[in-house]
Amino acid sequence: MSDAPLLECKGVSKAFGAVQALHRVDFEIRRGEVMALVGDNGAGKSTLIKGIAGIHPFDEGEIYFDGERVNIHGPRDAAKLGIEVVFQDLALADNLDVVGNMFLGRERTRWGFVLDESSMENAAQETMEGLSVTSLRSVRQTVAGLSGGQRQAVAVAKSVMWNSLELILDEPTAALGVAQTRQVLDLVRRLAEKDLGVVIISHNLHDIFEVADRITVLRLGQRVALLERSKTTQEEVVHAITAGALDHVPGMADAGADGG
Amino acid sequence: MTESGGEMDPGLDVAPASEPVAVQEALEAPAESLSEYLSRWWLKVRAGDLGSLPIVVGLVIIAVVFGVLNDNFFGERNFTNLLLQMAAVSTMAIGIVFVLLIGEIDLSVGFVSGVGAVVMTLLLRPDDPGWPWWAAIGVALALTTLIGFGQALIITKAGVPSFVVTLAGYLIWSGVVLVLTTQFTTTGTIRIQDPTVVGIANDFLSPLWGWIVGGFVVVGYALSQLQTARSRRSSGLIAKPLPLLGLQIVGLAVVTFAGVSYANQDRGVPTVTVILGVALVFWSFVASRTRFGRHVYAVGGNAEASRRAGISVDRLRIAVFMIAGFMAGVGGIVLASRLRSVATNTGGGSLLLNVIAAAVIGGTSLFGGSGRVVSALLGALVITSIQNGMDLLGLASGTKFVITGFVLLGAVLVDALSKRSRSARGVA
Repeated sequence: MSDAPLLECKGVSKAFGAVQALHRVDFEIRRGEVMALVGDNGAGKSTLIKGIAGIHPFDEGEIYFDGERVNIHGPRDAAKLGIEVVFQDLALADNLDVVGNMFLGRERTRWGFVLDESSMENAAQETMEGLSVTSLRSVRQTVAGLSGGQRQAVAVAKSVMWNSLELILDEPTAALGVAQTRQVLDLVRRLAEKDLGVVIISHNLHDIFEVADRITVLRLGQRVALLERSKTTQEEVVHAITAGALDHVPGMADAGADGG
Repeated sequence: MTESGGEMDPGLDVAPASEPVAVQEALEAPAESLSEYLSRWWLKVRAGDLGSLPIVVGLVIIAVVFGVLNDNFFGERNFTNLLLQMAAVSTMAIGIVFVLLIGEIDLSVGFVSGVGAVVMTLLLRPDDPGWPWWAAIGVALALTTLIGFGQALIITKAGVPSFVVTLAGYLIWSGVVLVLTTQFTTTGTIRIQDPTVVGIANDFLSPLWGWIVGGFVVVGYALSQLQTARSRRSSGLIAKPLPLLGLQIVGLAVVTFAGVSYANQDRGVPTVTVILGVALVFWSFVASRTRFGRHVYAVGGNAEASRRAGISVDRLRIAVFMIAGFMAGVGGIVLASRLRSVATNTGGGSLLLNVIAAAVIGGTSLFGGSGRVVSALLGALVITSIQNGMDLLGLASGTKFVITGFVLLGAVLVDALSKRSRSARGVA
């Protein structure tokens, strides 16, 4: 294993019009590590992961993957590197079945255009079983008929199936009950044990202290802390989220745009 | 190989895919029984996934009502008439199904078909310029496809809703039809004299060819269904129960051969029915079996998710509007061929409404993401047979519009209610 982090962002910035959503943020994730990404609403968590995923590419800054400089201009670039994101809205097409969703955009085909349904169905089923997802009746069910926890499982399985090296989970437990939260957190640990780099965004500090190895805290578009889980407390994290020291003091316009 | 047994849960029994399986064994692979399949289907219906059920019920009602009210409705002559009458609407509705699947609308297809028909007719005029039929048709289809492309470019790149862009197209192309037809004639009507083009919707297969084509359809369907079932079984996946497969194949055979025999008692199977059949099979295949088709459904279901999955949503939308333009062109040519002429109102009247109504009545959702290509055919069959039946009864135009309107309303209500029932159960 190389010493270089799996993914490293150096000084990435992103502005939407007058709003500076990210300002020269450093971020890194190692193999086999669960990195929590926390911050208040509007701190730039979503912008950071959307930049890494290529959905809204960064305006400036450098990205290194496995120590090599890479450019991520679109979702395909990120997918090629093995970066997968499970968004809070899960990005599932309700009218397609589980198989259709898991292979969306990357369908297996014969002769380049005819869907190879049998092969996809088998792979989907194997992945679901590999993740111990047992509550699903059939991978041919349409997603519209699934429960919240099942949908989350489908979305995670979809990402895992692509032999991804880095998985980003956006609020994976936000809509789940106690038992299903437990299952997802177990899943997160299992993914890290498989030597993936896992980034988990959450507002739930209890969840984070249970699964994360390190914690990155964002505030007003800047990184204000990088903490080791074993050497910190929930109080310290909360303090960083609400009052972490900013390197760059936002100007009046910026502060106004952030809404205070 | 997993032991054969109909009791297994579909989600749990997985045979190793790599294991080589002989055909004989494959046929004994786990499959649900007919009764299980039917009960699962009934469950889906109750959950609001109605499929083709409403349309089949509707067709039966129409057949009974008009059959009782008028003796001619089931006559051989009227049967072939029906096949001729529904061809143009079905063809164009196939294109509209694709547009509806991605959650858009195309209001211009009526007059776009008119433009295609008029341009073809003008190019065919003897000695002026007297183009061969294939060149005239080719240019007409290329033109209507290009119109679809142009409109889609504005919809995707400028972000203007398709409703408005194609509404503008509706006006523009109706004007173009009017200008072209009045420019070259004083009467406003241009006759088509090319025998091949006139033959498209006026020729019939000989009885023998009718049987051959019918046999081809049945054998082709049976082979494709059996091949699908066999490949699923050999991969250890659940497949349709064999008895049901047999029932479906026999059912199709009965309907097809009864149709051929009935048509042969009159003038024979119309050539245009074969053209429609080819279009139907081709576009059904594209929609349900290809990567492109999967993406069409995905964009209709969740455009943002599709974009994140790396699908080029704009390119797909453009392709879909080009399909609609192309199929509008085909429909326009069929219509012009049937009437043996084009006129100032070609592509106008209630054509557009019938086309969209056919797609919707057939079960294609206006909300996007749900529907099948074959629904274009079924919906066109409903619309055409209602109008045909009312013609036989000698009803006034006004009455016909009112009744057609209520049928459309009923179809949309079924769609909306079943969707509500689906989401009520889905997001429980």
